[in-house]
Order: sequence, then C-alpha cells, then structure tokens
Amino acid sequence: MDSLQQHDAPALLSGDEAVALAAFDAGVALGTGYPGTPSTEILESFETLGGRAQWSPNEKVALEVGIGVAFAGARALVTMKHVGLNVAADPLFTVAYTRLDGALIVVSADDPGMASSQNEQDNRRYALAAGVPMIEPSDSQEAYEFTLRAIEISERWQVPVLLRMTTRVCHSKTIVRRGTVAISAPRPAHFEHDYPSRVRIPAYAKPAHRKLRKTLAEIAVWNDTEGPNQVIAGSKQLGIITSGISYQHVREAAPEASLLKLGVTYPLPLERMRDFAASVERCVVIEEGDPYLVEAARTAGIAVEGKQEIFRFGELNCKRVRRILDGDLSPEAKPVPGKPPALCPGCPHRSVYTVLRDLNCIVAGDIGCYSLGVLPPFEAMDTLVCMGAAIGVGLGFRHVLPPEDAKRVVSVIGDSTFVHSGITGLVEMVYNPPASGHVLLILDNGTTAMTGMQEHPGTGRTLAHAKTGKVVFEDLARSLGVRNVHVIDPTQSLDKFQELIQSCLERAELSVVIARRDCLLATRSIREYERCNEQPTD
Amino acid sequence: MSSRPTNVVIAGLGGQGVLKASDILADVAFSSGLDVKKSELHGMSQRGGSVSSDVRFGECVYSPMVPEGEADFLVVIAADQVPVNVAALGQGGTLIEPSQIDESALTNKKSINVALLGVLSRHLPFSVEAWTAALKRNLPEKLHDANLLSFSMGRAEEPDVRRGREG
Repeated sequence: MDSLQQHDAPALLSGDEAVALAAFDAGVALGTGYPGTPSTEILESFETLGGRAQWSPNEKVALEVGIGVAFAGARALVTMKHVGLNVAADPLFTVAYTRLDGALIVVSADDPGMASSQNEQDNRRYALAAGVPMIEPSDSQEAYEFTLRAIEISERWQVPVLLRMTTRVCHSKTIVRRGTVAISAPRPAHFEHDYPSRVRIPAYAKPAHRKLRKTLAEIAVWNDTEGPNQVIAGSKQLGIITSGISYQHVREAAPEASLLKLGVTYPLPLERMRDFAASVERCVVIEEGDPYLVEAARTAGIAVEGKQEIFRFGELNCKRVRRILDGDLSPEAKPVPGKPPALCPGCPHRSVYTVLRDLNCIVAGDIGCYSLGVLPPFEAMDTLVCMGAAIGVGLGFRHVLPPEDAKRVVSVIGDSTFVHSGITGLVEMVYNPPASGHVLLILDNGTTAMTGMQEHPGTGRTLAHAKTGKVVFEDLARSLGVRNVHVIDPTQSLDKFQELIQSCLERAELSVVIARRDCLLATRSIREYERCNEQPTD
Repeated sequence: MSSRPTNVVIAGLGGQGVLKASDILADVAFSSGLDVKKSELHGMSQRGGSVSSDVRFGECVYSPMVPEGEADFLVVIAADQVPVNVAALGQGGTLIEPSQIDESALTNKKSINVALLGVLSRHLPFSVEAWTAALKRNLPEKLHDANLLSFSMGRAEEPDVRRGREG
C-alpha cells in the first residue's frame, strides 16, 4: 500500500484499501468516520496514502463534517459500519434534500452473518428510505472504480451517494488496476450563499423533496441506459439478477446462467431488469440479506423468483447459491464451533468483571472488547444493545426495579464508546437521576481496542497519532455536576477496586468511576506515540 | 469456463499469524501472475479465538470464499483447531499441521506459520525465489532471517503428508 502512490502496476488490495486508493486518486479533500468492522481500514489506508483523514467522535458528526466539505465544493468520504449509519441517519435523510457543490460519498460497510456486529441489518433499505443513490461493488477492482463513479454521480446530480459494501468485499483481497475510470480534477473549495438549497426550514424543504424525487427519476433513466450494470450472456433457461458479493458466488455456482449484474442498486434500472427477466425462461434474484431486489422487481411487475426465507440469515456462498437455485431446503451443516474470543490474559477488563461478578451486580453493558465480559468465567454483563446504551438502559433499570435490585445496577462503557454515544447518557443521568443514584463505570484503556487500536477524542491524539485536544472524562463528569468522580487503576489492587465499587453502590448518589489502565496490546504503541509527540517540532 | 482454482484454507487462533500466512501465500500467487482472491474475517476473532482465511488462485477466481469441502489444502497452525476446520477439506485434500514440523528446531517459535507455508510450498508450483520475495515483502526486516530459516525447514522436511477424508 505504501508504494502505491508511485506506480500504476496492478496490486492485491482489500476492498477497503481500494476505496482509499480511489479517494486518493480523486483528490478527496477529507475522509471522516468512526472505526467499525469491516470499514475501519478505509480511512487508515487513505491516511497512509497521504490523504487527510480524521476519526470523529461518532458517525453522525463524521457525516456532518462531510456535508460541510461537500457544501464547500470539495470531495468528502465518510466511512462507517452498517450500524453506524443508524447514528448518522438523521443528517443522511435531510442532506438528501440539499444541493451539494462537491461530492459526498457515504460508505456503509454491512456485516451479513455478523462476524463482528450486533445485528445484520441490510442498509440497502437506507438508500430507498432516504432517497440516496446507492452503488455496490463486488470486489476490490469495483470498489476502486465504483468509488470514482460514485463521486461522478454525486457531483453530476449534486446528491450524496451511498457506497454499500459487505464484509467479504471490504476484507477480501483481489487484484486492482488503477486508472480504469477517468475522473475530473477536484475543484477548489469555495463558499457561496444558497439559503433555499441548504437551509431546510419547511418553506425551503417542501420544494426540495419534489426536486429530490425528480432527480432520482433522472438517475433511474440514466441507470437504465448507461449505469454500471452488466449483462453476461448465457443459458436462456436460467437468468439470475444479482449484485455485490453475491455476483461472485453466482458466477462460480451457476456458470451456465445468464446474468444481470447490478452496480447501481438505487434507483434500480427497472427496465433493464424487466427486459432481462423477459429474455429467460426462469429468472431468479440472488441477493444476500433482505429481499430488497426481489421486492422492488415484483412491485414493478417483473416476474422473478426470490430466495427461500432460510437464506435470509447469514452470508451467502457458492453452496448456498446452488441450494437456492435447486430449491434445496434440507438442513445445512452446522459449522463446528471454534474457540470463542476471550479477554486477553492480563487484560485490565478482567479485574473489572471479576469484581462485578463477585458483587453480583446487574450490569448494563456496551460495545467493545469488554463485551466479552458476558462469557465465562465472568458472565457479568446483562445487556448490550447499541453504542452508548449502557447508560440509558442502566438508568431504566434503576428507575423501576425494586430498591434492593436497583442498587445493584452498574452501567459499564468503554472509553471510545463513551465519547461516541455515552456523553448524552451521562447528561441524562445528571438530569433524571434515579432515586437510588447510579454508578457509571468507564473502562478507559486508552484506545479503541476492539477495532484495532484506533485513537479517539479521549486519547488526545489524531487518527495519525499526532497530539491534539483531549477530552478528559473526569473533568467532563465533574463539570456536569457529578460529585463522586473516581479514577482508579483496576489492576493495582482488586480489593481496593472492589471497595470503591461497593461504596459507590451503597450511596444513593451519582458516581462515575473511571477504571484507567492502557490496553496491553496498545501500551507499547501508546508509549511510542507519546514519545514522538513530546519531541520539539521546531 | 475457466479451470477450477486451487483452494487453500489457513486456520489457527488469533495471534498465530493466520492472516499473515495467507497474505504471504496470496502474494506469491499474485506475483507469479495468477488471479488471486483472499478472504478472512477480522474483529472479534482477534481476541484469541478461532481464525481462518481462504486463499484461492488460478486463471480466474470468482468467489473469494473456499466452498466447504472443496479445499485442496488445509493448513492448521494450532493442532486443536483441526477438528474445527476439517470440514473445509475436500476428498483427497491435504492436511498440513504442526506435527509435521519439529517446533523445537525453530529459531523463532512464532514463525511456525511460515514453517507450515514451507510444507505447503512443496505442493505448489511457485519458485523458492517467489516465496522468498513474498516473505520479505510481508514481514519486517528484522524477522526476515528467522522466517526464511523456518520456511526452508518446512520445505525441506521429509514429506509426511496426511490425507484428510480418504476415499
């Protein structure tokens, strides 16, 4: 990856790296995002290539920064995992009503099969719901080319574009050749007033919605005639409509079939789909996840077969595609369970969960490595819903449980997750305190460990590990009016840590305990970054 | 239609270098002029749990995932992960496992992944030069000597290839 700036020879790249390379080649002015498997490597690679990339506190802020970049006429790339788009959905739905001057590419990296996620939501639904054009690559070459095409679409129609990827596109390495798609040079950033196009008060928003539908209709016509969709001629007996990674499985599983491979999957090229379906005896839609394409085809009156409901769950692969085509509903072989992940030996979270278990706490948990506290030998996490939910869920328990149970409730959240979505929860805790008080435990291991040691606003270092402003959790909690704020290293003395938690639980007050100890896997790097940042630059 | 690709599954536990080994193998195939796809799952698997990675190469590769029961080679770095992954192996496929290496002879114990690539290399049509170059491209310089040694050891060991799913 490092040497890619210099030469144009083909390279073996992951889909994430290919998106970064395209963004670099297109002169994307700023990449923003929040780390999340399988999207994390996009911004890291973009920064390595020499692009300007930043981690935001969460996906909503990342998208808002990207919107500003695109309003100013420059090109923006905003990356996130599928559930991140839930957080960024608010700006997404309304930016669709605005006029962009530059490009705004929103990457949604979906995780069908939940290799590393809490759900397998299918974000193709967001394109439809928000009225945002969507493009779906099937390998790294297309990840490269479709990123460039997404920029073209975004600038031509002045709309955001959803670049929807999945785990097997993001994390598979395939061969990429550069320079296959021409892209215009980026324009310099500039500002001009345009209230009706960018201020979404109802008076301006009403015509904007009509304009959006008109734009989408125009894009649909373009997609039908010139969009990056491809027919691969084959048997007249069997035709398959597919997109994304499913296309690759289909080519292998049904080499004889005729294919219509869709690149832009919103708005759909319905006339091409109609013609294709009419050209074959049997037309099957093969898609991973929800019946998105099949429902759209049927709504348009195109007769297609869909997959059976059991194939909605998990990823597709060649064998499952064959099963779909054969109508084979016999039980699928269950994979032999492997060794589950576990907290590393010596991980500071181990001390925390030992104490929470021994104190028989009710633990409202959150998302990160520390989610593993739910597994033996701890089994000390009772809930996990979404980023930041530990605090709200814990408060809900406190509000309604009988007093003897309410006082056992602890909210546990990691440092990066706290910055992402926990701060508003802390404000809620101060604003609507339960009668029994509450204990918020922030597990500060100095990094976003789960996704591979990314920085966040609490580390005081940028994506590239340079020194920057730092959010200090204890100062923040005190400034909000929490009187019992404690910082402790949970690994120093298990007894002292237990005493502290116990004393907080016994008090009918609000307490914030920051269990601070660097992640073992990150300690060495953190020390190195700090050393570099202390050296005088002049 | 093009000929069937060669399918390799590399498996083990988080931290054993499964992904590094698959990167090296994919690089060798790529630099030898073949189409290559490599697939893996990141994330939770990093925390010491089971990890596996698929590498497929040939004239033309479509799906990046090796279909279950169609692996030509299964390289398992942790002995206890053989039962977890053996279903990947096709009939007459070759299982490569740690018992085929004298681990005590490795100068760097962590290079068992590369030693097993050495064993795998006996079955594949790539030159030692291509392997050496790929190893160097994918590893930091200070680890080159130990890993090249481990690779040679694996490549030179007397063939003791176990068969999976005979018949």
